[in-house]
Amino acid sequence: MPLVQIDNLTLEFVSDGQSLRALDAVSFHIDAGETVCLVGESGSGKSISALSLARLVPSPPAQYISGRITVEDRDVLAMSKKELRSIRGGTVSYIFQEPGASLNPVLRVGDQILEMLQLHRAEAATREEVIRLLNLVGIPAPESRIRDYPHQMSGGMQQRIMIAMAIAAHPKLLVADEPTTALDVTIQAQIMELLRDLKSQLGMSILLITHNLGLLKDIADRVLVMYAGQIVEEGPAKRLLENPLHPYTRALLRSTPQLGAGRERLVSIPGNVPQLGAWPAGCRFHPRCPQRQPQCDKETPGLLNPLPEQKVRCPYWELKTF
Amino acid sequence: MGVEDVLAMALLEVRNIKVHFPVRHGVIQHGSATVKAVDGVNLLVEPGETVGLVGESGCGKSTLGRAIIGLVQLTHGEVLFAGKEIGRLDKSELRKTRRNLQMIFQDPVGSLNPRLTVRQILSEPLDIHKLAAGRSERTHRIAELLENVGLAPNHADRYPHEFSGGQRQRIGIARALAVEPKLIICDEPVSALDVSVQAQIINLLQDLQSRLGLAYLFIAHDLAVVEHISQRILVMYLGRIVESGEAAEVVNNPRHPYTGALISAVPKLHAEETSSRIVLQGEIPSPIKPPGGCPFHTRCPIAEFPLCSSQVPEFREVAPGHRASCHFA
Repeated sequence: MPLVQIDNLTLEFVSDGQSLRALDAVSFHIDAGETVCLVGESGSGKSISALSLARLVPSPPAQYISGRITVEDRDVLAMSKKELRSIRGGTVSYIFQEPGASLNPVLRVGDQILEMLQLHRAEAATREEVIRLLNLVGIPAPESRIRDYPHQMSGGMQQRIMIAMAIAAHPKLLVADEPTTALDVTIQAQIMELLRDLKSQLGMSILLITHNLGLLKDIADRVLVMYAGQIVEEGPAKRLLENPLHPYTRALLRSTPQLGAGRERLVSIPGNVPQLGAWPAGCRFHPRCPQRQPQCDKETPGLLNPLPEQKVRCPYWELKTF
Repeated sequence: MGVEDVLAMALLEVRNIKVHFPVRHGVIQHGSATVKAVDGVNLLVEPGETVGLVGESGCGKSTLGRAIIGLVQLTHGEVLFAGKEIGRLDKSELRKTRRNLQMIFQDPVGSLNPRLTVRQILSEPLDIHKLAAGRSERTHRIAELLENVGLAPNHADRYPHEFSGGQRQRIGIARALAVEPKLIICDEPVSALDVSVQAQIINLLQDLQSRLGLAYLFIAHDLAVVEHISQRILVMYLGRIVESGEAAEVVNNPRHPYTGALISAVPKLHAEETSSRIVLQGEIPSPIKPPGGCPFHTRCPIAEFPLCSSQVPEFREVAPGHRASCHFA
């Protein structure tokens, strides 16, 4: 039994009588102890998918049109408010892109972690446990840092505090939504190393959301690629990087500048990421696809499973004309 | 001026510039502390070349770009454009120089006036520098500019909010190109964009360079992007250049341990085992109280004490055209 399972989830935002589809029949699962990466560009639906796991997308305006979300075999869409509170931060906890915006600016960081413990692990709500958590996430001199306010810390340190809060309740799944995007590259390397260490020490699952394909190799077991509200490719990280099947994944990999590649021209994807409510008919990637076929604007491709453990939403994946 | 002087004259020359900001503490101003955002930088940009300036947040790279173009006042040093010191120019000469020196910014939303149409945005520089006589010439020029950056002439009557991030950056580039500059300072022009769009803008900048002979000072935190677009790279740390050289040389054979760590921290799609990676400990020290000696010694994996904490390493040539400021370079 997977830890988390999403089946055919369709979600729409309703405003002024108009409904905009943000997720279209999204299905995926995360096993215990597994690290899954969700990649895609802005507006692809990756954050909405991840927030849905704990029903964190405000509803209204969001409407779950169809589908099923289960966490430890419990139906999240049918949960009462009290049940939701226990999985939010308890079974599934989150860290986000801007740690500064997620922390309470007028509370000392030690108290914020303590609050988390009181909610989810009252027996361990002590100063000693807070210090142990800060040590675990690599904050130097935690005995004095617990009295700091968030603004007294750098972005990297704030993200470590967020991670300490997120792991305080011993979650089964840590959802990290672009956790290093706002950080410098040397600090990003520190945070990624910390996540890897914590995962092996605590045995939790991680769902990492990122637009940076370079992070996959280091941490991901499995990768899901999203485009315009759909999963377009899925596969084990190593195989997906070595043998990407969907033209979008291939184009994305080739448009990423590689260190040491010199001044070789980048393969760019023409056009823009389609906006909500303006998804093209047929295959949603067809207007930008370098190997578009005549039928692509009419036939809506399904998710195929042409190779073991690899899925792709493109009937022409074997062409590989670019 | 002899022939040799003309040949040796760079398009842009920055000589030992410093930008220091005073810091105020509390209600009573102590006035003694300063942030040394840029602390003695020299650089050259030749016509038609791209010089990449890379560093982490707070290293002073954006302040340096702004100081060159005159958006921030210099505390010390001089900026020469085509051999003339900008600070000493009279008004009309300054206007002429400004025309040759343009800038594009990271945030294409914040740098375009939301109340102006694209036509109005592009008309401003044309009018200020009197580059289009009459309406038909202006319309023609605007259509040409939009075409140059991959937009359609009918985009001219739309407002910035009607465009995507990548298209807005194209408008920013068109505005810079309107006055036919020789050098464009690009301050993180692609870091707010999606990966697929980022590649479009990088390719566009390269195409424009080969077509119009532009030079770029390309400021970014992403070393892979900087390497991709630059002939030469400068690496900045705490207000100073710590390494400079040919792009391939700096990336493949870094001589300063900070450059080495930056390269190691860049996430790679394929490549070495994670275990061989250098993960720098600690964070960039405060530029109010930079460490004594080598400014990098607090995070350096190869520092030796007391040498590195007491003596400032010289920025010296370690190979032809390759400089680094490290005792062990």
